Amino acid sequence: MTTNGSGPGHSRSRVSQRVQQIPASGIRKFFDLLASMNGVISLGVGEPDFVTPWAIRDAAIHTIQRGLPEEEVLTHYTSNYGLMELRRAIARHLEKLYRVSYDPTQEILVTVGVSEAMDLAMRALLDPGDEVLVPEPTYVAYNPCVILAGGKPVGVPTYVEHDFRLQAADIERRITPKTKALVLGYPNNPTGAVLSSEDMQGIADVAHRHDLIVISDEIYDQLVYDGEHTCFTSLTGMRERTVLLGGFSKAYAMTGWRIGYATGPAQIIEAMMKVHQYVAMCAPTISQYAAIEALTSGDGEVQRMREQYNYRRQYMVASFNQMGLDCFEPKGAFYTFPSIRATGMTSEDFAECLLREEQVAVVPGSAFGASGEGFVRACYAASLDQIKDAMERMARFTAKHRVTE
Amino acid sequence: MKDVLKLLEQDARLTPDDIAKATGRTLAEVQAIIKKATDDRVLLGYHAHVNWERVEGEHEVWAIIGVRGTPKREVGFDELAAQIAAFPETRMVYLVTGDFDLAVMVVGKSMQEVSDFVSRRLYSLDGVRGTNSYFIMRRYKDQGTTLKIDPPAQRLAVTP
Repeated sequence: MTTNGSGPGHSRSRVSQRVQQIPASGIRKFFDLLASMNGVISLGVGEPDFVTPWAIRDAAIHTIQRGLPEEEVLTHYTSNYGLMELRRAIARHLEKLYRVSYDPTQEILVTVGVSEAMDLAMRALLDPGDEVLVPEPTYVAYNPCVILAGGKPVGVPTYVEHDFRLQAADIERRITPKTKALVLGYPNNPTGAVLSSEDMQGIADVAHRHDLIVISDEIYDQLVYDGEHTCFTSLTGMRERTVLLGGFSKAYAMTGWRIGYATGPAQIIEAMMKVHQYVAMCAPTISQYAAIEALTSGDGEVQRMREQYNYRRQYMVASFNQMGLDCFEPKGAFYTFPSIRATGMTSEDFAECLLREEQVAVVPGSAFGASGEGFVRACYAASLDQIKDAMERMARFTAKHRVTE
Repeated sequence: MKDVLKLLEQDARLTPDDIAKATGRTLAEVQAIIKKATDDRVLLGYHAHVNWERVEGEHEVWAIIGVRGTPKREVGFDELAAQIAAFPETRMVYLVTGDFDLAVMVVGKSMQEVSDFVSRRLYSLDGVRGTNSYFIMRRYKDQGTTLKIDPPAQRLAVTP
């Protein structure tokens, strides 16, 4: 008998079976330990250290202040789909960057971050028992989204031998008659991997062959350091079966604004909008205006932040390899995913020990699924000064705990 | 070369080894770039950015002096600018567009000292037709850094 969530005198849990099925976040308990310590350098974050560029904040302030005699006050709901002006700006942005075109009237939905968009996509697409392929190590929210929508997540491991790039053959092996969709998340959290164009073509062929819907979370699209990001929609035949998710949190340092979007075939976007209108009504209006400003004037700031991330990325990868924690070169997002095999520890032990001995926080790879074991995620959205300090501490820690073979 | 210079401009304490790591270059490459940039007078120095307003008893007076001058045949304002730049009291000398020709930053221990320098030294130079003084009363941002102390941004220590 389970006792989850039951108070004294209750032998039966009041929490739904479905929610009980979702494992507690592997990050959570770590967070509690960390909260009790001082002087910690955290490489455990999943958001930019930069604050939102001032022009964007200013646009939001202006939106709130409007309402002088001849101006319209802008503090109400927007269309369920989002402001038309923002949807048009998103359409222009995708057209400009990736030469993919979406009709702003029915193929673009503005959401409360990519997080909501992912939930909407699953709910709009899945029937009970439908299987969804999720590459592992995986961002922590994908599996719960599938489960909450009544689907069944099926992990597809990725391997360090391929720099954690998802391989078509590994997908195909796990396809059953119940497989409905495939989640892609590249550039990847937690590994920092990006897909090559051959990888993408292989995946597109599988999607086509097995009539899969692809949910492509491209929130890190503008944080690519070697070459250009390819939007999955731009591959031949993929537009009609892809739900593209994007947002503002990472590139424009707007995590707290909760604003993102989904684009895709009108039928799916309309279905997602149906769910969205009952659970959220619309994305925050002020954030929508801020997002328009981001798309209008944010390019320079994105470029400036990307340049800084790149210095830090290269510094961190070189440091890990130097101290004997093998680290492949992650070409996107802002994470490194070094192997901790040299210490012989599990990733959870490593993270906990490192935190206690050297006050550096990283996230155990096992928090992202079984194939993350043996690795830790270290985020380089921190100042170069902090990273230097953290790398010195980690080198000392690794030297002390190295297992000689 | 730009990447090395940009990093140094951001933080002059970075060692060549740090810079090599951050740029993906070899140590020898970085050292060669720094040497060449120094020889070519591209890299002019390494200075700490001090906020003297927060140091007790250390109050310098700064003023921007707008200098109207007469350009000379062949050299324009170059000669006058070089003469002004030779005074240790001047910190910056720029040729500018607008109501005056040269913008000069002058530093002294008191307003009196700066005024004396302007009237006795600057104004008396050949080719100076007039000056306007703008004494600096408070600094808000200096060399790209805002001077008020911003509390650190609140960020959760661990997030997915």
